[in-house]
Amino acid sequence: MSATIGTPLLLAYGAAVCTLLSGAVSLLAVRRHPDFLHFGSFLFLFCSGAGSIGAGGWTLLANLTVTDRFQLGLPWLDWHLRIDPLSGFFLVLLGTLVVAISLYGPSYTREFGRGKAAQPLPPLGVFTALFVLGMQMMLVADDALVFMIFWEMMSLCGYFLVVYQHQHAANRHAAFLYLLLAHVGALVILLSFGVLAAFGGGLTFDQMRAAKLSPLWATIAFGCAFAGFGTKSGMVPLHVWLPDAHPVAPSHISALMSGAMIKMGIYGIVRLSYDLIGNVRWEWGMVVLIVGTASSLLGVLYALMQHDLKRLLAYHSIENIGIILMGLGLSMIFIGSGHKMLGTLGLVAALYHTINHALFKGLLFLGAGAVLYRTHARDLDQMGGLIHRMPITAFLFLVGCVAISALPPFNGFVSEWLTFQTALQGPALKDGLLRTMIPIAAAMLALTGALAAACFVKAFGIAFLGQPRTRRVARAREVPVGMLAGMGLLALLCLLLGVLPTTMIEAMAPITQLLVHDALPSATAQGWLWLTPISPQVASYSAPFVLVAIILVFGLGRLILKRGAEPTRRADAWDCGFGHLTQRMQYTSTAFSQPIRRVFRGVWKVEEHIETLADAGSIPRVTSLHYSVHTHDWAWLKGYLPIGRTVLAAANRIGFIQTGNIHTYLKFSFVTLLTFLWIVS
Amino acid sequence: MDSQLIDWVLAAAQGLLFIAAAPLLAGWLQRVKCHLQNRGAPSVWQPYRNLSKLMGKRMVLAENASWLFRATPYIVFGATLLAAAVVPLVAVHLPTAAIADMIVLVAFFALARFFTALAGLDIGTAFGGMGASREMMVGALAEPAMLMAVFTLSMTANTTNLSVATEYLLHAGLVLRPSFLFALLALAMVAVAESSRVPVDNPATHLELTMLHEAMILEYGGRHLALIEWASQIKLMIYSVFIVDLYFPLGIATDFSAASLAIGVVAVTAKLMLLAVLLVVWETVLAKMRLFRVPQFLGFAFMLSLLGMLTHVVLETGI
Repeated sequence: MSATIGTPLLLAYGAAVCTLLSGAVSLLAVRRHPDFLHFGSFLFLFCSGAGSIGAGGWTLLANLTVTDRFQLGLPWLDWHLRIDPLSGFFLVLLGTLVVAISLYGPSYTREFGRGKAAQPLPPLGVFTALFVLGMQMMLVADDALVFMIFWEMMSLCGYFLVVYQHQHAANRHAAFLYLLLAHVGALVILLSFGVLAAFGGGLTFDQMRAAKLSPLWATIAFGCAFAGFGTKSGMVPLHVWLPDAHPVAPSHISALMSGAMIKMGIYGIVRLSYDLIGNVRWEWGMVVLIVGTASSLLGVLYALMQHDLKRLLAYHSIENIGIILMGLGLSMIFIGSGHKMLGTLGLVAALYHTINHALFKGLLFLGAGAVLYRTHARDLDQMGGLIHRMPITAFLFLVGCVAISALPPFNGFVSEWLTFQTALQGPALKDGLLRTMIPIAAAMLALTGALAAACFVKAFGIAFLGQPRTRRVARAREVPVGMLAGMGLLALLCLLLGVLPTTMIEAMAPITQLLVHDALPSATAQGWLWLTPISPQVASYSAPFVLVAIILVFGLGRLILKRGAEPTRRADAWDCGFGHLTQRMQYTSTAFSQPIRRVFRGVWKVEEHIETLADAGSIPRVTSLHYSVHTHDWAWLKGYLPIGRTVLAAANRIGFIQTGNIHTYLKFSFVTLLTFLWIVS
Repeated sequence: MDSQLIDWVLAAAQGLLFIAAAPLLAGWLQRVKCHLQNRGAPSVWQPYRNLSKLMGKRMVLAENASWLFRATPYIVFGATLLAAAVVPLVAVHLPTAAIADMIVLVAFFALARFFTALAGLDIGTAFGGMGASREMMVGALAEPAMLMAVFTLSMTANTTNLSVATEYLLHAGLVLRPSFLFALLALAMVAVAESSRVPVDNPATHLELTMLHEAMILEYGGRHLALIEWASQIKLMIYSVFIVDLYFPLGIATDFSAASLAIGVVAVTAKLMLLAVLLVVWETVLAKMRLFRVPQFLGFAFMLSLLGMLTHVVLETGI
């Protein structure tokens, strides 16, 4: 270890040690004092999260870059570590989520150890810790070896977390698909590092930065990195694992996966394309923009058709990754065409959306977990009326819904607004194709935003509003205070990042300085009250004003209107004079999205069945009616299934060489050895 | 500092004028419509009477109504009020226009729609769900069309600030831009859909087959209903002012002298009255569409605005 290392890196090590301790404590939890140690495990996780925030925040605010090296493992391969503003930013993101789940976890996970389907808790704790450790160390990696080791650690532990409730075949299937795609992705990333290492002459990132790549090789490296990291992020068409894997994991893990793990893919894309490969080209931006647009639109359309709350949220992750990629794509296009300032704006928009999505998606998954905890229901059509039974959870979940629907004054709106502002600068470009494409992408972003709002009206409205649809839901209670604290922290941050965008963008300046050597001085020039990304004449937005105005109208309106008014009376709802309304008369989630399903038919493969049973009397009378509708993903049906079938068929073809006889295998080894010797000699 | 203060005071006054005048526009619209359809017409002040009647009523809430149901009217009114504050009505140079640009304006409407739809689902009646579901479908298609139309404007003026854009268009004079025609048409179609007018919705009906907006707010009464109705009148006014001031900015005051302000008031009144007559003619000659024709209508608006945008990008650069 070198003599002096910077404090931020020391904090990061501290965080990693805490994570390890958290895992170790979970292991001990089997024996004595399970509750106490169980709690201790989350306490260490909390410290680890706080350490990450500290390390990341310090580097970001002080604009530091600290490096370190270890002699570990193979004698000629040192481990290089480095923390800079970009990894600091992602460490803050990760740390915030870890803190939130460490508040949420103690009560939530206890549920798993109870009841008939009781699960051992130690594996959950250990793999959670290793999963977090993988992400923490991956972010501070400064060579391809360390990066890939911890990348794989994250991926593998993710597998064990997805398959935690392995009794259900669906979970095992989801986990296998996840593992498969995670490895395909990792292989492609390895190829990308391979190209960079070959030109740079070494595995460290410094050598890769210095590598002189021809445009072709740079594009190959970028393509591999984009495909590999994109698989982890869940971009279309490599998304199929995500909606299966995220919902089946325990909810706090879903929050960590959707909030942090898929962001590691974004980190990888940014790190490789802006930092290691460098010289970003606009052609890359075009690809990223197209993929991003497709992801966001398809993600939200698929989400609209879901009635499983967690699955719906998982599809929204695809949508939001799409929005982030759109920002990145615009940024690359502008930088590649020589508009550095606009490229910076796009990058800021993308990174801003990255942290925003981590916050509100974490919040929403924790909210879904809270509902699951009390009602054991994931299906929206079994919920209803929870706002009366779980008012605080409902309020916090609503904050998440408003934020993800990109509505002011919350954070989701700010980053989408910044993306729009970047897109609106499209006319600055010379190329006719790009100038045409960018407005279309902006149109799709607008459509995505509006559809997301529709989807979250459905999610919140069906789950929390109306009348309870089952007895269990009608008896639900508010969740314990720890779980509320975890959600509350994220909800508060959603509001803060929405109301104080200027402060946030100022804090993000070191990242863009590092990556593009440019910042956005104009964005913050008018003080904290006004966000003016390009200039006050071009566009401005004042979130604090909006918040204050809405609160004022609310307060004053109630004060004025309620003064002297008679007390409010409660009465039955309007039932058209036909007797009492029942909960079955409410709109279901399927009914809610029916108009949209009809408008955008063709996007899904929809299977609709109506079975009627009728009396064979003189006047036919329907005695029972069964309606079912299933929507399927075309990417799965037309892309993955044929590939899977082909692979299977090919495996069957060459299966004849598998005789099961040891002599045959020895023969194979011998022939292989001879062939290699012949090649070498 | 002093002139800045005057600016803010004037902007606030303009915002107040906006919300105060909105029911008048609705009254005028109703009156012209009655005349055109050979019916006896109520006074133009009727909407004010309706609002004050509703304000004074005792509140009745459904048994199942939650806090969200009670908060929604205020949120809707607040969002609409904010939207009104940033649209130049009589004069440009609004300091309030810097609070929110055109994109935020659209987002304010989205916020209001989001909460109205949630309130529709809150009671748990079939009507509320139906209204919410339909409204979100219409909104999901109208919003992008609206944004595209707005983007066409803002790319021309290179700003999304409404005040600055209006000023730019005022100074640019009468240049015929094909993109503007497309955008104007699209915007008009969206405005019709968003302010719940024929042929997309009919505010005067309570028939379950035709209700969109009304179905969501069926359970509201008293001061809550008054706020929501007022907000939708303001919304109609915002769309109207948006169209007349951005596409025909003639007469709008560019300084705060009494004379130009007076001209501004007269000009905007005349333009709005004329636009209302056009809207009435449109509503009288058209029948309400089936619900599933609405996506085609809005899809057409979206295509128009996209065409406008592409026309601008391809043909009009450098003008």
